[in-house]
Amino acid sequence: MTMLRIENLFVSYGPRRVLHDVSLEVNSGEVTALIGPNGAGKSTLVRAVSGVIPLLGGTICTNGDDLAALPPMRRARYLAVVPQAVSLPPAFTAWETVLMGRTPYLNFLGQTSASDEDVVRRALERVEALELAERRVGELSGGEQQRVLLARALAQSTPILLLDEPTAHLDLQHQVSLMEMVRQLAHRDGLAVLIAIHDLNLAARYADRVVLLVAGEIKAAGTPRQVLTPDLISAAYHLPVTVVPHPFVDAPLVLPGK
Amino acid sequence: MRRLPYFWTLLFLTLAILLSIAIGSVFIPPADLWRILTGWLSTAPLPESLQTFAFIIASIRLPRTVLILLTGAALGGSGAAYQGLFRNPLADPYLIGVASGAGLGAAAAMSIQWPYTFWGLLVVPLAGFLVAMLTVLLVYSLARVGKTVPTTNLILAGVAFSAFATSLTSFLMLRSTGELRRAFAFLLGGFTQAGWNPVLTILPFLAIGLGFLILSGHALNLLQFGDEQAQQLGLPVTRTKTLILVAASLATAAAVSFSGIIGFIGLIVPHVMRLWWGADYRRLLPLSIIGGAGALLLADVLARVVIAPQELPVGIVTALVGAPFFLWVLRRAKNQGYW
Repeated sequence: MTMLRIENLFVSYGPRRVLHDVSLEVNSGEVTALIGPNGAGKSTLVRAVSGVIPLLGGTICTNGDDLAALPPMRRARYLAVVPQAVSLPPAFTAWETVLMGRTPYLNFLGQTSASDEDVVRRALERVEALELAERRVGELSGGEQQRVLLARALAQSTPILLLDEPTAHLDLQHQVSLMEMVRQLAHRDGLAVLIAIHDLNLAARYADRVVLLVAGEIKAAGTPRQVLTPDLISAAYHLPVTVVPHPFVDAPLVLPGK
Repeated sequence: MRRLPYFWTLLFLTLAILLSIAIGSVFIPPADLWRILTGWLSTAPLPESLQTFAFIIASIRLPRTVLILLTGAALGGSGAAYQGLFRNPLADPYLIGVASGAGLGAAAAMSIQWPYTFWGLLVVPLAGFLVAMLTVLLVYSLARVGKTVPTTNLILAGVAFSAFATSLTSFLMLRSTGELRRAFAFLLGGFTQAGWNPVLTILPFLAIGLGFLILSGHALNLLQFGDEQAQQLGLPVTRTKTLILVAASLATAAAVSFSGIIGFIGLIVPHVMRLWWGADYRRLLPLSIIGGAGALLLADVLARVVIAPQELPVGIVTALVGAPFFLWVLRRAKNQGYW
């Protein structure tokens, strides 16, 4: 089921066109990876969909409802964003940070109830970070902080999850565990996941669909095998690449060079 | 002391209030003070011996104490709000020009001799208040980019405007002949007007401004994650920031219009509260309001006592005492202190 439909999106920073006629669909129960070279507009697309950048044109819909027309509070009940874990306020505990994710359901004073606390506990359990609950975020490692942000997005209880390069600053083991969790959230819990990611092989291994964005335009969309081809990737990254079958996983493996 | 923040802070405030009422050119002994206060609460008339003290308290000390209390509350509360809004440990209530605007308005008004009537006495504070709010409005308009108000722009515009207003103020002060000292005293901070008029004048602005700020704790928590994340979590960011800015500026402008520019309270009190009791703004704001009131009361007591019978400007006391005190608190909380 198509949960998020982006159609003919145009975004610019002043005179500079950043996204040009971008259309894509994100389905429930699937991980859709957004790949492309730096400056292609991956982060911009995620930010535009989440409503923090104005649109020059195009629509963003979920099940027929126009998301762009909704006030931030209502939109936040459909879409949750996991940003990169950089410069987080260090004084809040992990619990308090995840509790912020309940904001769309709270009043202006931010009064929470027992059911909100339940949601927070389950979100922390889901990302295996419950033991970090009382620790201050400033004391946590990058991988732990990223998991806390994922829990915060889960606490928003939205059908759509957007992730903006969450693995960018993580060690290998944290990258893998985060991607495993993201895949489970889609396959097991049925979320519609759109993840902007620069690591092609993580995309190949964990995504159900891959969308290639180059210079603000969609160049290809399909399964990992369909999009991660030598021709498409070499052209996009200006680098000859070889694509081989992954030795022990049913996915392509992209290697630079020929 | 980790627990019961409200208890300790309110206790601090109560003691500060009592000291402020008891101490002055005439010292009112604690026992007499107690008898007078309990006497007022009962309906029995006070004995002859206490009548003088009671009069001093009712018509001089009490209005002054309440004015200082309100001023300190405004400075503490808006200081906490500004630090949350700008995510900057150096932010204080004067960051975007309230102080320099008030100083300019007051100095301009002081260069004219006003009659000693009800309205005549209000002209200087009113001018200070109006120019202060005007400055904030100008800074806000300059800083706006499309539909957003980036905090960096606010700070830059505020700094630029403050420099402009301060130089104009200095020019006015240099040009005027007798008023130089009076304007300078205003800029250093002090409580010169007596009676309940100042209190009644600033009370509505403080009630609205501080009332809104107390309710904005959750919004300020969200803003600590940055404008983008706050918006993605559901906060209407531009509208909320504008309202908080207006509320804090309203309270500050009203407070400084009668008290002049008193520094350090708005900067230090929120930091101390944060170091002791955490960065949750739902709690930090009320605590900064109470703590600011108590701190300014204590500073004023010191100002009256240190070179008695003369009075030091309060702003000098807050700077001289506040800075070392804050350094001491910082040293003790060095390892757990979080910004």
